[in-house]
Amino acid sequence: MESRLTVSSSPHIRSTETTQKIMRDVTIALLPAAAFGVYNFGLRALTILVLSIVSAMAAEALSQKIRKVPITVDDFSAVVTGLLLGMNLPVSVPLWLPIVGSAFAIIIVKQAFGGLGHNFMNPALAARAMLVASWPVEMTTWTAVKADAVSSATTLGILKEGLNVPVPSITDALLGTIGGCIGETSALLLLLGGIYLIYRGVISIRIPGLYIGTVAILTFIITGFDVQTTMLHVLAGGLILGAFFMATDYASSPITAKGQVIYAIGMGVITVVIRMYGGYPEGVSYSILLMNVVAPLIDKYTKPRVFGGAK
Amino acid sequence: MGLLTFKGGIHPPHAKKATEHLPIVDFLDPKVVEIPMRQHIGAPCEPVVQKGDYVKVGQLVGSASSFVSANVHSSVSGTVLDVKKQDTAYGYDVVVIIENDGLNEVHESIVPQPDFNTLSGKEIIEIIKNAGIVGMGGAGFPTHVKLSPPPEKPIDTIVLNGAECEPYLTCDHRLMLETPDLVIKGLQILMHALNVPNGYIGIENNKPDAIETMTKAASGTGIKVVGLRTKYPQGAEKQLIFACTGKEIPSGGLPMDIGVVVNNVATVATIGNLFNTGMPLIERICTVTGKGIKTPKNIRFKVGTPVKTLIEFCDGYNGTPGKLLLGGPMMGVAQMTDNLPAMKNTSGVLVFTPEEAKLPEPSLCIRCGKCVSTCPAFLEPIQISAYALQNNYDKASEYNALDCIECGSCSFVCPANRPLLQTIRVAKREIIAKKRK
Repeated sequence: MESRLTVSSSPHIRSTETTQKIMRDVTIALLPAAAFGVYNFGLRALTILVLSIVSAMAAEALSQKIRKVPITVDDFSAVVTGLLLGMNLPVSVPLWLPIVGSAFAIIIVKQAFGGLGHNFMNPALAARAMLVASWPVEMTTWTAVKADAVSSATTLGILKEGLNVPVPSITDALLGTIGGCIGETSALLLLLGGIYLIYRGVISIRIPGLYIGTVAILTFIITGFDVQTTMLHVLAGGLILGAFFMATDYASSPITAKGQVIYAIGMGVITVVIRMYGGYPEGVSYSILLMNVVAPLIDKYTKPRVFGGAK
Repeated sequence: MGLLTFKGGIHPPHAKKATEHLPIVDFLDPKVVEIPMRQHIGAPCEPVVQKGDYVKVGQLVGSASSFVSANVHSSVSGTVLDVKKQDTAYGYDVVVIIENDGLNEVHESIVPQPDFNTLSGKEIIEIIKNAGIVGMGGAGFPTHVKLSPPPEKPIDTIVLNGAECEPYLTCDHRLMLETPDLVIKGLQILMHALNVPNGYIGIENNKPDAIETMTKAASGTGIKVVGLRTKYPQGAEKQLIFACTGKEIPSGGLPMDIGVVVNNVATVATIGNLFNTGMPLIERICTVTGKGIKTPKNIRFKVGTPVKTLIEFCDGYNGTPGKLLLGGPMMGVAQMTDNLPAMKNTSGVLVFTPEEAKLPEPSLCIRCGKCVSTCPAFLEPIQISAYALQNNYDKASEYNALDCIECGSCSFVCPANRPLLQTIRVAKREIIAKKRK
């Protein structure tokens, strides 16, 4: 026969799923909560989100060019990192801060370790931690919702410090009309995004479900079965955003089912310990980062039982 | 009875619409057949005919040279044109080329077998061995070997594989619809031969008509027809046994270790036919399909018919062919040419368009873990593949590379198009080579 036949190893068909589609789904899932952040905090929030996304993409392209590897800005992974970082910033930060944060996330945390899939921590969270450590005042100055530069504590801050201000209601926390980072306030829209990701098969309920569940149960017990406080702990801080969108980061979470269980419960425990007994009102970032670091170790000790192996 | 299944697996597009409703058509008069001496796993046969000999249908042309081997017989009557080496699906190998005289003269040795109930297990297995029966699902493992477990491993269950979980293929589906009695008879023969009380026929529920037909045919025999969830690789031996019986074959073991023998429905139907007519394995059904084929068909053909001829029977290629597979798209083997004979284990001829044949471009692993959650052997393909790429085969072995059943679910599902199975295969080969040393 004249034509040349392709010969390759089986299988000869592939699913239509691609990295790009997965990352695009994550972006789509984040958008409602991000949009609500803009509605909630005003146009300055939009500026910050755009700055962090654009600088993440630029940093990705630049570092891939320097590393002489294919430039894959179109795979949406830098968009996700930039968007997540922006959503994790207070609206009042100076405009250079998201740029520095995105550059750190992409260049140091992601590309320096080998790029997509090789980061040992969630890049956006690592960048946030760096920003908090370096510019603590800027990173913890909270602006009251739709008010002009009136400083207002976050819900968890109020609970922690016992401040003499009214604690927001559960409804406010659910809808997101409370203080906090740009994209973390609307628990409802974040949950919606999370459900979308589960529906699309991008993430499983395992990590977010167990993480949030652990926090809820522990808080409930420690607060002496205080439903109001427990609900606020679940809804008002960065837990929903962290559990569905950051803790589920493929590269920095365990790949085995058993490993994911340990990882999720570990994050829940650390979050509650920091919130209840630590120096910060919020513990989601550090709990995820800490468990990110032990994820490879967890994987090593949670190898699945092989089919036909001893039960 | 609820649907039975296994853990893991994938849902590839079925792609069976083109042929699932097409009755089997006969293509039993090829001008020439090229009968390979190796159409099975094991030692090749020794040719027992020479150039110029006149042979009849069912006459032995290649004799099994060891226990793990299977006789081959002439599928036509006519003159032996040559005995020489040429391309086959198993490589450059000896074939007996016979010009068909079209008379279909049947060899004297072909007479119906006595009632199987009057025969001993040993006698039945001997008849099967002489008839060159091999696994017709694709692997081509000699059936008599499967039926000869050591005495310390008693068999209590025979499972027939009618899952046909490979996309595109519909030959087993049509076989079950059109000749259910042969399947039942074949299974009864095997159950009698091994003195086995339990017989199962597992069929995926995307073939409700086959489940219904087989259930009807099996009524009153004690054979259980079980509906399986449509999921790949439901027809993989270990997964099929688990779905039907809830038992796991121990890691590194064989079905006989848990008292089970698995056979394909086509193999067993051939055994049924063997006892009815005495005819050895000289014809089978295959699905010739894919976008690269003008008129896809389910064809009953004579073993040794050139693949090219089968494709011409389907009105040829639909444009330029891009890839030609023997078998299905998940586990089938890509061929360099269509100039080779279809064999005892050719269940499908699948032709892709050049567009479909394009090789996927791998990108970086994003550690999504989908390969881990889909692996039906509960392995971590991501780890084995990564170690294989570093030539660290000891580590790959620690991650149980040898338990891989090569179903390809990991590669299928990978969003980064990583060559997971391909690299795991390399690791398996290296690990086995090292063990042999």
